[in-house]
Amino acid sequence: MQPFKPVLLEAVGVPDGHTIASYKSRGGYAPLEATLAGKQPADVIEMVKSSGLRGRGGAGFPTGLKWTFLPKDHPGPIYLCINADESEPGTFNNRILMEDDPHQVIEGIILSSFATRASTAYLYLRYEYPKSWHRLQAAIDEAYAAGYLGKNILGSGFSLDVYLHRGAAAYICGEETGLIESLEGKRAWPRIKPPFPAIEGLFRKPTVVNNIETMACVTQIARRGVDWFKSIGVPADPANPRDPGSYGPKLYCLSGHVEKPGCYEAPLGITARELIDRFGGGVWKGRRAKAVIPGGISMGLMTESELDTPLDFAGPGKVGCLGLGTAAVVVIDDQTSIVDFLHNSARFFAHESCGQCTPCREGTSWSLRILERIKAGKGRLKDLDILLELGNTMGMMPGSTICGLADGAAWPMKNAIKKFRGEFEEYVKRTNPSGWMVTDPVPALAIVGAH
Amino acid sequence: MPVVIVDGQEIEIGADERLNCIEAARRAGKEIPHYCWHPGLSVVASCRMCLIETGQRDAATGKITMVPKLVPGCQTPVKDGTVIVTESQLVKDSRARVEEALLIDHPIDCPICDKAGECLLQDYHFQHGQPERRADLQPFHSRKRDVGPTVTLFVDRCIMCTRCVRFTREISGTAELMVTSRGAKEEIDVFPGHPLANKLSGNVVDLCPVGALGDKDFLYQQRVWFLKREANVCGGCSAGCSIHTEHNQDAVYRLKPRENPHVNKWWICDDGRYGWHHLHDQARILEASRTAASPTHRGNGSGTPATEAVEWADVVVKLRDDLKAAGRLAVAVSPMLTVEEAWMLCAVARSIDSEAFLALGFVPVTGDDESFPGGFTIRAEKCPNRKGVEEVLAIYGAAGRSWDDLVAHVAAGKADAAWITAGYPAAWIDTASAEAFAGLRQLVVQDLFDSPLMRLASWRLPAAGFAERAGTWVNVAHHAQSFRQAIRPPAGVWPEGRLFWNMLGRRGLYDPTAVRQQIATSSPTLAALGGELPSTGVDLRLHQLA
Repeated sequence: MQPFKPVLLEAVGVPDGHTIASYKSRGGYAPLEATLAGKQPADVIEMVKSSGLRGRGGAGFPTGLKWTFLPKDHPGPIYLCINADESEPGTFNNRILMEDDPHQVIEGIILSSFATRASTAYLYLRYEYPKSWHRLQAAIDEAYAAGYLGKNILGSGFSLDVYLHRGAAAYICGEETGLIESLEGKRAWPRIKPPFPAIEGLFRKPTVVNNIETMACVTQIARRGVDWFKSIGVPADPANPRDPGSYGPKLYCLSGHVEKPGCYEAPLGITARELIDRFGGGVWKGRRAKAVIPGGISMGLMTESELDTPLDFAGPGKVGCLGLGTAAVVVIDDQTSIVDFLHNSARFFAHESCGQCTPCREGTSWSLRILERIKAGKGRLKDLDILLELGNTMGMMPGSTICGLADGAAWPMKNAIKKFRGEFEEYVKRTNPSGWMVTDPVPALAIVGAH
Repeated sequence: MPVVIVDGQEIEIGADERLNCIEAARRAGKEIPHYCWHPGLSVVASCRMCLIETGQRDAATGKITMVPKLVPGCQTPVKDGTVIVTESQLVKDSRARVEEALLIDHPIDCPICDKAGECLLQDYHFQHGQPERRADLQPFHSRKRDVGPTVTLFVDRCIMCTRCVRFTREISGTAELMVTSRGAKEEIDVFPGHPLANKLSGNVVDLCPVGALGDKDFLYQQRVWFLKREANVCGGCSAGCSIHTEHNQDAVYRLKPRENPHVNKWWICDDGRYGWHHLHDQARILEASRTAASPTHRGNGSGTPATEAVEWADVVVKLRDDLKAAGRLAVAVSPMLTVEEAWMLCAVARSIDSEAFLALGFVPVTGDDESFPGGFTIRAEKCPNRKGVEEVLAIYGAAGRSWDDLVAHVAAGKADAAWITAGYPAAWIDTASAEAFAGLRQLVVQDLFDSPLMRLASWRLPAAGFAERAGTWVNVAHHAQSFRQAIRPPAGVWPEGRLFWNMLGRRGLYDPTAVRQQIATSSPTLAALGGELPSTGVDLRLHQLA
């Protein structure tokens, strides 16, 4: 692979790189000025469409295509929501962008609002990011002062207001309709679709929800061109008409048991092994990886032998993972118990399930309680079948829930048990030598009748 | 007409009908189980009990393409060619899993739960659940929480369908109920200091598919399988809501709304819901009596006229004789009476005095009409049949005559006797107003309770309560509904209809249907009352136009 110079992260390490002066000295806001001076919204949509940019928030939906779902000639208002509720465990690329180069994000927001004809943009920020909050607010103030935000931007007739909204630290607010409900001041229960947000979103008006990194990519496409963007990454698979390809640079968040954890920019399609070895300095303490989370805990697990999987939008799916997700790569070394991993994962999802749909509300909670019992040395082989059944039936993909949180809870469960069943069975047999083979309901149930 | 295929069975739906899969399947006789969906509330599709398989039949080729996953029936609209599969193994397994999941956090305290016997969680468990509980959870207490003056919340029985929350937001518009906490720990609750206190609050108990919301008025009073129900109409105000009177051994235990798209949809107000207790009030007048002919008879020597009880068979004869002897008669036809009773009363009055002055009885009014965002209105006029009585009076040439006209008529000395039908559940006349009737030769008062007017009466007759009557009421919107008697009145009380029927010399038991048919043929404005009335009633005006 050719040497790759970071683009999205170019301000990292630059003194005062987060200020508008530094940003402009690196060529910032020039593409915006050029766009507002002579281009039409349709031109920007066409640019993003032809670049093949796919949403960086997790699902990888083509951004330009999402924008075209907005109703034509809508009297407005149309809203742009920026999802910065970065709560997928292991993910911190949005934080780096917001803290070190907020203007890159804001320029992308202005360009995207221009393209979608949105005159109001809401930036939904994760509560746990106080530094991002301060940096973003300062950058928004600078942008207003410089005339890049507000009424009649640069004399183009286009107006945009950006509001920074801090969430209250709930994972479900990262789901796009949960985010919309939360912005409206309601409980963040994801909405049933249709209608999709592009038709009826925030305040029941057409709405686009995009990720922070997507916004930064829009800026870079406007600055460096479609051809530059398409020269990076993995082209569409000609054998698969449903694969739009994975173009552009991507911020990979490498963490877990590696020597040098961090946020690294690489072309889409880098393999997990290359990422760990070249950027992360290898698995820590000279150990081997047992498993790797490809893109946030909800994407499932890759085994050591699957580490040559390219981390593009199509790659992790080929080895049974849910997808690329947020490209948060978490390395689990060979000294770590997968039972512990799954227990921790289940605890997270049971805590974060919004409680709207029965299968997710009860399934995440039940799976946690089963795993607690397994960890307490009371596990049975039958429990593994129940966990697998829960994992296979819970989620938007089998149709049993409204949003994808349940899929995210299900994937680590079924990946861990399918790919590491031997370890689970060994653990259960070792810790519960007298009861692992029991298939009857657990004895605790006998006292159910006591009330 | 669009065709929907339900489990292979083709059914036609209306061209502009907007049905979801649950409604369409019901037309084909297939019940898709559901908790959170209710036709009167917004769709949330969160309980996931109604998951089914759907597909689309291509109109040109007839080829069916199925959606490759389960979809909620409540959220999925049907159109021409929609294929619904409600019985596949995938669907059955999904239902069994949802039932299993709901029971994980449920205390299963059916033996002490009021809902047992009419609980969807119970019913669906037996229909769709799995026989073995696989969950390994410690039992816990069934916590109770007071959420308002009418409702108790049994927190752990809740399955989080949020029907009650949506009701208070969408129908009553008061939004007292909410969901707190998250995931499996979430609960229904109210904000401190803001209890569930609105005039439609009892409906949340009806909406609750499980035993989580208990009606304090009904709690622990009766197991539901002992109750019998009669389709009835609420007599609380002129809205005339369709209800079910639920009773056992001539005692009412609760009133429930009866779905009627023309009148009350799925709801009733708390005034109506709890407005049956007067039926079993110990203070009710239970015997027919009249001022004694001889002062010594049962006299108490305190100046109050002595009274004698009169057997009903004697009332039929003696009342007529007394009124005939008195002279000019004035009659107040109570808006609590049914159309049939009013019609017979007018006939009786005219048979005693062919010039009898007929007028509408007292119309109780409290405050103003009270409307709610969901479209429900509680009427200020606290009587069920003013419109019906006015129609009857018009037949007898007494159109537009009000209670005030009657009082003025009596005060002007134009009457020698008055017959005041009442039957009001609450006090309605004060001593000063009653004085207008003091000088009459005969005063007949027919009421549920004692009153200043009753104390002046020479004839004291008990009246029947709403659930003890049969007949037809016409509500404020000219909508007529017929109903049968739900319970027998207390021993010693004849419903008004029975007395009038006998005073008219008609044979056999009082038959309101026969009277209704007679009214329908004798009056063009009430012609719509002819024949068999649908359970949801008829609009008198529509039929007049036709």
